[in-house]
Amino acid sequence: MSTPALELTGLKKSFGKAEIIRGIDLSIGKAERHAIIGPNGAGKSTLFNLITARFAPTSGTVKLHGENLAGLEPFQINRKGLSRSFQITNIFPAMTVFENVRCALLWSQGYKYSFWHLVNSKRDLTEGAEAILDQINLLERRNLPAGTLSYAEQRALEIGITIAGGADVIMLDEPTAGMSNTETDYITDLILKVTAGKTLIMVEHDMGVVFGLADRISVLVYGEIIATGKPADVRADARVQEAYLGAALEAEH
Amino acid sequence: MTDQLSTDPAKAVERMRAGSMTLSLAPWVIATVVLVFLPMVFTNNSALTIMNQMSITIVFALAYNMLLGQGGMLSFGHAVYAGVGGFACMHIMNMSDFFETIPLVILPIFGGLFGMGLAMIVGSFSTRSAGTVFAMISLGVGELIAACSVIIVAFFGGEEGISGDRTYAQPFFGVEFLQQIEVYYLTIAWLIISAALMYLWSRTPVGRMANAVRDNPERAQFLGYSARWVRYYSFIASGFFAGIAGGLFAINYEILTEENLNTASSGVILLVTFLGGVGFFFGPIIGAIAFTLLQTVLSLSTELWAFYAGVLFVATVMFFPGGLAGLIMMHVAAFKLGKASGLIKPYLKTLLPAAIGTLGLAALVEMTFHLRHAATGDDEMTIFWTTFSSHDILPWVIAVVITAVGLGIAKVTAPSLKEAWNEANTAGGAS
Repeated sequence: MSTPALELTGLKKSFGKAEIIRGIDLSIGKAERHAIIGPNGAGKSTLFNLITARFAPTSGTVKLHGENLAGLEPFQINRKGLSRSFQITNIFPAMTVFENVRCALLWSQGYKYSFWHLVNSKRDLTEGAEAILDQINLLERRNLPAGTLSYAEQRALEIGITIAGGADVIMLDEPTAGMSNTETDYITDLILKVTAGKTLIMVEHDMGVVFGLADRISVLVYGEIIATGKPADVRADARVQEAYLGAALEAEH
Repeated sequence: MTDQLSTDPAKAVERMRAGSMTLSLAPWVIATVVLVFLPMVFTNNSALTIMNQMSITIVFALAYNMLLGQGGMLSFGHAVYAGVGGFACMHIMNMSDFFETIPLVILPIFGGLFGMGLAMIVGSFSTRSAGTVFAMISLGVGELIAACSVIIVAFFGGEEGISGDRTYAQPFFGVEFLQQIEVYYLTIAWLIISAALMYLWSRTPVGRMANAVRDNPERAQFLGYSARWVRYYSFIASGFFAGIAGGLFAINYEILTEENLNTASSGVILLVTFLGGVGFFFGPIIGAIAFTLLQTVLSLSTELWAFYAGVLFVATVMFFPGGLAGLIMMHVAAFKLGKASGLIKPYLKTLLPAAIGTLGLAALVEMTFHLRHAATGDDEMTIFWTTFSSHDILPWVIAVVITAVGLGIAKVTAPSLKEAWNEANTAGGAS
């Protein structure tokens, strides 16, 4: 087997005395779609933040394509091909929809900190951004300020921004949170479409989405992964059932 | 809208680009023509002085807005970069051997380079974060360098400052810059070049990311950009153009003092920029024009000009956070709907009485000031071309009545203005 896209070993995180992530070992293969589920407060978002260096781990390592990410800043990790979305919509609300996506393209198209290119006259940027907008079905909203979009559209835009840079590991934090059924279906299809061939890691509450999308599932309870496996196996796991019956304390042993 | 979508996307790109070019060039051409011909309308020297001051303030305010408006960095000490650029230019003017060999027109570049150099040093630690930390560091560094002006006398010249003579430079195509009008054309040339470069900067990748970092530094980080480096580059660019403004100041006034870099000057440029509006590129330009007029024209007629400027500033912050530019841009929607003409009458009905009431209020302020501060026995005062005694009752009654009636009418007509405003900004319906 080739090097996993993402590999976590002995990952721990404490805030003061509170141990939020208590030793996670997880290996996610290339082009795998992996879902992380678990009750509220299990540490799913914290785990995301550890992987993307929003927080520094207390101990343990995160490896992206076999490369240790320790000590790197979020922007450096992003340049290595890992991109993420946020649980609370995180876009540039004052900018137009088009410009949101274009900003996401700048680094990967090699413009870096250039002050000798004019973005409006760069065809690759305009066309690239429009292609992404087309994928996320927001071409018609092109020139609206992103903050005026509907909630579902903003979530779609955030997914667009997340994938625009061409990262091959995509992490989505609760992409369907707070959505109606039709919106959830729409976003699920969208995720399938835009992450084809890429490694996808997502935190999700909606079990329909999880079982529809994921190749493998990890169940996180109290900062520990109690089960990892194919959807059918995880569903059948006694401890997972226990955890989801609400007896989170009992699930620990 | 729909036909744009159905056409070939490549063509849409072409059309958009062509459209934006013609649209965005027009204001520049108009501004250049106006600036070139302005001295033919306002021929006297004091008008030229005001216009020069205005141009310098515009360059400085635009540079400041690269930080405040575009980068979201509130600096309380930006006069330092203009000041140091200006002082450097004064020293170059005094190095006669070197100064003889360069034409005066390129002197502002040295100001820019020195401003930029200082910004590179200070920015290396101040741009680590935005917000309060950045503001406090800028204030501290500003105070520090202003304090240096009396300590490092060799560079800052102590309390007298540094003076020089611009005419020692190598003549530029025979022009020696003895006359104000020659300096005016030098200044506006730099104004146009600097403004154009600053505008273009905002259209570059780093300029766009400055906006992104301002709005959401975290998201920008997860797009591959270091928020800190983006801020740092903006800061350096802003320091460069502030230094240019300082160089222009040196050429115009031939003297720089501690006043050019103290906190008060930094405060003024913040005020100017905010008054004009930080949200639009042209905002600081309007702010600089309005403020310079207040400062020069109004200060000729009243000692209290700074008070009025302060009131205007507070009113702007409280009621029009978009500044004067924001006020102008509010009307774009109505113009696009073709309903702007419907606003003229309601505006006249409300704003005219409001203006009269405000002038009445100003009269009361002036009369109070005169009553309290004029030398004993000096009862006569003149406002609005009327001379009267500030100790009589009648002028007070008249001023109070004008104020009350003016503001009263404005208050009564305000609801119908609001209605007209809503109507003008709603698509469809009877117009």
